Amino acid sequence: MADERIIRAHAGIGPRVTGLALVADDYFSARYDLDRIAGVFSRPQHKLHGQSYVGKVLVLRGAKGGVATAWMLRNMAAEGKAPLALLLNIANPIMVQGAAFADLPFMDRFEVDITAAIRSGETVTVDPENGRVIVH
Amino acid sequence: MRLNDIEQAMLAGELGTPRKWAIQQQMRVGRFFDAEDFVPVAQVHLMADAESLGEAGVEFIERIAKARPEHRRVRVPTITDPRGIDFDAYRRLGQTEKMAELERRAIAAFRAMDFLLTDTCINYQTVMPPILGEHLAFGDTGSTIYANSVLGARSNFEGGPAALAASLTGRVPRYGYHLQQNRKATRVFILKDRPRDLSAWGALGGVIGKRLQSYWEVPAILGVDGAPTSDELKHFGAALASFGTVALFHMVGVTPEAPDLPAILSAGAGPPEPVGASDLEAFYRSYGGAGDKLDVVVFAAPQLSLIELQTLAGLLDGRAVHPQTAMLVATSPEVKSAADRLGLTRRIERAGAIVLKGVCFYQMHAREIGEAMGWKRLMSNSAKLVNIIGGYGYTPSLATMEQCVAAAVAGRVPGEAA
Repeated sequence: MADERIIRAHAGIGPRVTGLALVADDYFSARYDLDRIAGVFSRPQHKLHGQSYVGKVLVLRGAKGGVATAWMLRNMAAEGKAPLALLLNIANPIMVQGAAFADLPFMDRFEVDITAAIRSGETVTVDPENGRVIVH
Repeated sequence: MRLNDIEQAMLAGELGTPRKWAIQQQMRVGRFFDAEDFVPVAQVHLMADAESLGEAGVEFIERIAKARPEHRRVRVPTITDPRGIDFDAYRRLGQTEKMAELERRAIAAFRAMDFLLTDTCINYQTVMPPILGEHLAFGDTGSTIYANSVLGARSNFEGGPAALAASLTGRVPRYGYHLQQNRKATRVFILKDRPRDLSAWGALGGVIGKRLQSYWEVPAILGVDGAPTSDELKHFGAALASFGTVALFHMVGVTPEAPDLPAILSAGAGPPEPVGASDLEAFYRSYGGAGDKLDVVVFAAPQLSLIELQTLAGLLDGRAVHPQTAMLVATSPEVKSAADRLGLTRRIERAGAIVLKGVCFYQMHAREIGEAMGWKRLMSNSAKLVNIIGGYGYTPSLATMEQCVAAAVAGRVPGEAA
């Protein structure tokens, strides 16, 4: 399609998926930021406070907080409360370890600020193996 | 990634299915970070409370625990971070039998793998302090940053499944803080006013952590006149890691890799950024709550040392926590035993507090505890805890240990309501 945009990045992990983006210029931690039972951002100061992340391609600036996300992503997926994919400008090891354990598509190190390059509600294809995101 | 003979054997499944899973998991992470090979580790510290594990995580480790002994047992000493249940106290905190059962299943599985269930985040103070240059797989941000920074050991954040994998393979992918070139300071801060208590050291960690952008930034701190105590650096590092997701700091003239600034400064670091009393005051004010009814005071995150418990016991002597306020104190099982023997537990609990062992508040299904007990307004001297606990439905306030105790006795957050 003529309007498609391709954003390149370092190769990621996990399968190729397509879904709706949820974007904010903020950080991510499953323990600090989420109500994992309701499937919404629960940290009052977070820019996505109150919004559901379930089934979305979650696009954020980077990782913050502790180590719990490494376990939590898998259980969130098992309970149907996980994002479809996670894209960060800069990862920390915890996000990568958690995504690998959950088989959740995950990428970082984009050629642009990914939080500025994608808007919430846009349909995106995440292609970790080939290191690219396609905005439809 | 280059694999040696034993790593090839693990990948081929010759050492059992658990080790095959483990090295595959590690190779996925290693390739993501462009690691060229593995590095053996001396010990593993695993964060695996049942709240984080969930049913899916517990089922996963139970599958490993059912493997043949020679396939499931750890290859290096492996110790554990705080758990989610203190079996002597969980009913009093509104925790459910379902939570306790999940925790029992996790414990049984880890025992089958030969884990040492130390259940502590202050293992660097209480179990086996790491050594300068030693490679580790530490799985708690606070323990990792302390080992890297204060002791000069080498570890990345190894989250639960990554530390589990490291326990089974005895190694980790060599990237990040295992490599000398990544341990240089990228930002420099100069301390204008020395923090005066543990809470303020935590606040300093929070102020600096908020200014950092990623795991790959390494702050150097100048202007620390004389060595802080282990507990001060514990609170500083835990908050720095919590707010900034960083795993290494240097404190010039204090930490072992930083005898002076040139020794650790990277080429691109900017000029020193001042941090002083006004920054800390603004940090405290950001939590507010003055005049509110106080539901619970929590001393945890990190677990308290024996010396912190002695200080707390002294502050509580002859006083009583308000009937409508709770006070929880978390420490390691070994420190709790010592506190029992030395009479500290009795002095603290005589005032109405509960001393918990082997747990940390935010790792205990804190949302469900709050709902069961009707707790919302929380007060702590831990900057790390107040950073985390807002996401669990609490409204936190930060203050010194002395102020927290006075507030618990009064049943209110000090100050006039806005």
